Amino acid sequence: MSEIVNVDYSTTIPNNVNLTEDRQVLRALERWHPGYIDWWRTMGPDGFQEALVYLRTAVSVDPKGWAKFDYIKMPQYRWGILLAPQEEDRKIPFGRHYGEPAWQEVPGEYRAMLRRLVVIQGDTEPASVEQQRHLGKTAPSLYDMRNVFQVNVEEGRHLWAMVYILQKYFGRDGREEAEQLLQRRSGDADKPRMLGAFNEATPDWLSFHMFTFFTDRDGKMQLESLAQSGFDPLSRTCRFMLTEEAHHMFVGETGIGRTIQRTCEAMKAAGIEDPSEINKVRDLGVIDLPTIQKKLHLHYSLSLDLFGSEVSTNAANAFNASLKGRFQETKIEDDHKLESSTYPVLKLVDGEIKRVDEPALTAINMRLRDDYTADCQRGLDRWNKIIDRVGVAFRFQLPHVAFHRQIGEFKEVDAAPSGELLDEAAWNSQKEKWLPSKDDGDFIQSLMRQVVEPGKFATWIAPPRVGIDNKPGDFEYVKLAA
Amino acid sequence: MAEAERKLNNGNSRIDFQTDPSKYRHWKLAVDGEVATLLMDVDEKGTLFEGYELKLNSYDLGVDIELADAIERLRFEHPQVKVILLRSGKPRVFCAGANIRMLAGATHAHKVNFCKFTNETRNGIEDASEVSGLFTICVINGTAAGGGYELALATDHIMLVDDGSSAVSLPELPLLAVLPGTGGLTRVTDKRKVRRDRADVFCTTEEGIKGRRAVDWRLVDEVVPSSRLEEAVAKRAREFTARSSRPAAGKGIALTPLKRERSADAVEYSTLSVEFERASRRATITLRGPEAPPPASAEAMVDAGAQFWPLRLVRELDDAILDIRANEFDTAAIIFKSSGDPAQVLAYDQFLEANKKHWLAREIRAFWKRVLKRVDLTSRSLVALVELGSCFAGTLAELVFASDRSYMLIGQRDGDNKPPASLVLAEVNFGAYPMPNGLSRLASRFLADAGALEKANRPIGEMLEAETAENLGLVTFALDDIDWEDEIRVFLEERASFSSDALTGLEANLRFGGPETMESKIFARLSAWQNWIFQRANAVGEEGALKRYGTGQKPAFDTRRV
Ligand SMILES: [Fe+2]
Ligand SMILES: [Fe+2]
Repeated sequence: MSEIVNVDYSTTIPNNVNLTEDRQVLRALERWHPGYIDWWRTMGPDGFQEALVYLRTAVSVDPKGWAKFDYIKMPQYRWGILLAPQEEDRKIPFGRHYGEPAWQEVPGEYRAMLRRLVVIQGDTEPASVEQQRHLGKTAPSLYDMRNVFQVNVEEGRHLWAMVYILQKYFGRDGREEAEQLLQRRSGDADKPRMLGAFNEATPDWLSFHMFTFFTDRDGKMQLESLAQSGFDPLSRTCRFMLTEEAHHMFVGETGIGRTIQRTCEAMKAAGIEDPSEINKVRDLGVIDLPTIQKKLHLHYSLSLDLFGSEVSTNAANAFNASLKGRFQETKIEDDHKLESSTYPVLKLVDGEIKRVDEPALTAINMRLRDDYTADCQRGLDRWNKIIDRVGVAFRFQLPHVAFHRQIGEFKEVDAAPSGELLDEAAWNSQKEKWLPSKDDGDFIQSLMRQVVEPGKFATWIAPPRVGIDNKPGDFEYVKLAA
Repeated sequence: MAEAERKLNNGNSRIDFQTDPSKYRHWKLAVDGEVATLLMDVDEKGTLFEGYELKLNSYDLGVDIELADAIERLRFEHPQVKVILLRSGKPRVFCAGANIRMLAGATHAHKVNFCKFTNETRNGIEDASEVSGLFTICVINGTAAGGGYELALATDHIMLVDDGSSAVSLPELPLLAVLPGTGGLTRVTDKRKVRRDRADVFCTTEEGIKGRRAVDWRLVDEVVPSSRLEEAVAKRAREFTARSSRPAAGKGIALTPLKRERSADAVEYSTLSVEFERASRRATITLRGPEAPPPASAEAMVDAGAQFWPLRLVRELDDAILDIRANEFDTAAIIFKSSGDPAQVLAYDQFLEANKKHWLAREIRAFWKRVLKRVDLTSRSLVALVELGSCFAGTLAELVFASDRSYMLIGQRDGDNKPPASLVLAEVNFGAYPMPNGLSRLASRFLADAGALEKANRPIGEMLEAETAENLGLVTFALDDIDWEDEIRVFLEERASFSSDALTGLEANLRFGGPETMESKIFARLSAWQNWIFQRANAVGEEGALKRYGTGQKPAFDTRRV
């Protein structure tokens, strides 16, 4: 670690928060940084710490500054602290403090609640890096390998962003929490990450693309609602994080899109019309569409759990306290206080799924989740267009929200993807039809072979239409260490 | 606040305190040799009242009735069990404490009774440890909040999983604008001896304290990583097992269902009757002495099991008191009477004294101690009438000393040839049954001259007639036949005319003279502070914290300090 000791943090850390002047935070970050690098080296991409990766680095928040591309070794990546520019006279856009000037300091009465929100968000960032650390070894191309590393370093930067907030605004508790963000480990029995989905393994590239499509999209929704926060520094941080998050979802959506395209093209070329001829399709070295649908079922349902209970006191408190708003809060036309309105929530009433009007405040999670579902559906529509274009008869569908849930209204019941409630026997006999089986996993795993020749791609995935930073198809996105 | 009566579930019209493991909805009791596991796995839908759900292992009175029953059964039915492992059956949560929506919608009277009973249950856990060597180890895997942590505080050893999120907390003040209701504050300072400023931080931090700091601050005894939890629990269980004085082997006795028949104005048990005079707001409990002499041996006592008279009577008395407390709010006074042969009552006391090292005798004595404390803590005027043919001797005489007033008949009554009223003291009256303040009822009675009855001749075993008893200060008034009816009628009518609240406060003040113990502090502070705060608008007003809880809206407080 000796090379770290003399780092000039005020210049090494790209920032627009005037770090040079902020002695206290600078000192806290100096203390935190070695642990972070240690974490990155032990928990970051396994086997690629010395590789030169063509990465974009954000050095400022203006459109020109936040996408500087160059080859870099990941441990030397310049993780910056960048907040969206301060909006002059920003007013709190929702909750009981609606219309008041946005807070530049943490209000004492909300300190604990706010800290919890920041810590939960912060915990997901390093978690996904840990989950994805083995993927480089099975990357289907250098292009894809670069993408996962890009996502990883940016999740690392998101951790920095949250740690900056903790260290700047939450005193000793904040420093302790920042330390613990480096102690927890995805999937660890003793120090697990805070949310369930972030302790699941990401065993293969289809899982990774599903994860970035569905789970990062949950992250996007969370960031969108925190970007509304009355606590201005949090709002500004999240607004900038969203620009990066968009790329993560791009990686997921196009990754699955390219997988679907490759499958459909291979089917066409082999003259297979029926997508359910799974073995024949698999023999072509591509992933059959029904298996992709099963993975979709799994990841969508796990991601829905991340939204928490449909009716939630915590979410209501956070909204009312003007700490966490709704998706695109400022574009919604209502009183932004929700003290007397209702929102329809799907609930289990006497064994039936019914729509029940709940106080809108307590249904904040449900509303965010509905917006999420609509956002997911748009991605599915684009995938279905790919299938249509190639001319295969298949459609991807989101399962019902009651399907395969561990949290919320439907956690005690079993439901088919159609939403039909099932008894235990019916569920057990059919669940392999809907969720990936071990065989499915083994098959996907069998396709996972590293391809490192520039411009070449694994059998199961199509090349992208355009390269990153408009680079040509055979561009060497990653220069592996000798 | 309008107190709309909440409806009991399943069409019930009374809260029933009798249950058994086959009926549990919230607890799983598993006994494995010397170690029992008591798993809290609350059924969300299994509520006592309508209108709320028991999410996250939160509890209502129904859940606590099962817990109390389980502890009782471990004492009597499983004498070989030395350690109870108290655990949660739910992932990531130990227990979220008393259910807040239940509290928010409950009548004040129910809340007070609920808190009282849950406190008695927790004291019972400590009593099992102290008296019987039945230790409880609490294993917290997840969050133990409010009443959940208070439950842990009643155990002998608290283990907390160190996983970065499992925590203990007392969030009542920041979250609900009330105080912990089951002795949390007192046990934090007096039992666990947490430093006062740290306790202040702890009790105002909604999310609580986790990991190493929880140990450093004495809030828990140890933290254990998840992966080593079972091993660590087994090790602790072995240590506590080795310290226990419970018999290595010994067959338990079955706590069979009580014989109980209820009619409109009466409840008939096998050894006592309860009669309600609803117009005059009285309940009379008449206890009946034994019909046969005590068995020849401790083994015969075990064979008699739940039919053994002192055990039968104490279980029935317990049920009768709880029933009145929870279901008969209009009852202003409980009148204790008895009938039987005082010599036989004494014979049973002597039998228990002679066998006091036997586990069952020890448990029965401890049961009486707890039930007599329940009587002490009952917010009804307590009156003992020592009449012809009564048998207030030894253990039963404690009810006379527990009463706010006692009246004893002098001589005979016209046309009644039952034996004259007598009161008989026994060894047990001098320490076997301490009150919550730690003193015997006699010592509490004679605070000015604590030695009065100890000196020279303790009239143990003598049949004391009314005037002697009055002279010794054992009864309030000795009355002859001419005055008897009228004096008592006037007293009871006057009593019923006073403010029920003021009487509750007065009686609680006068009953517990003398020193404080952790137990007496818990109940006193519950009545004084918690019940006061529970009535204030900051908690229960339309904009109060309990009313607003769960809506997302912040409570609006009256900020003036009182
Ligand atoms: Fe992120
Ligand atoms: Fe992301």
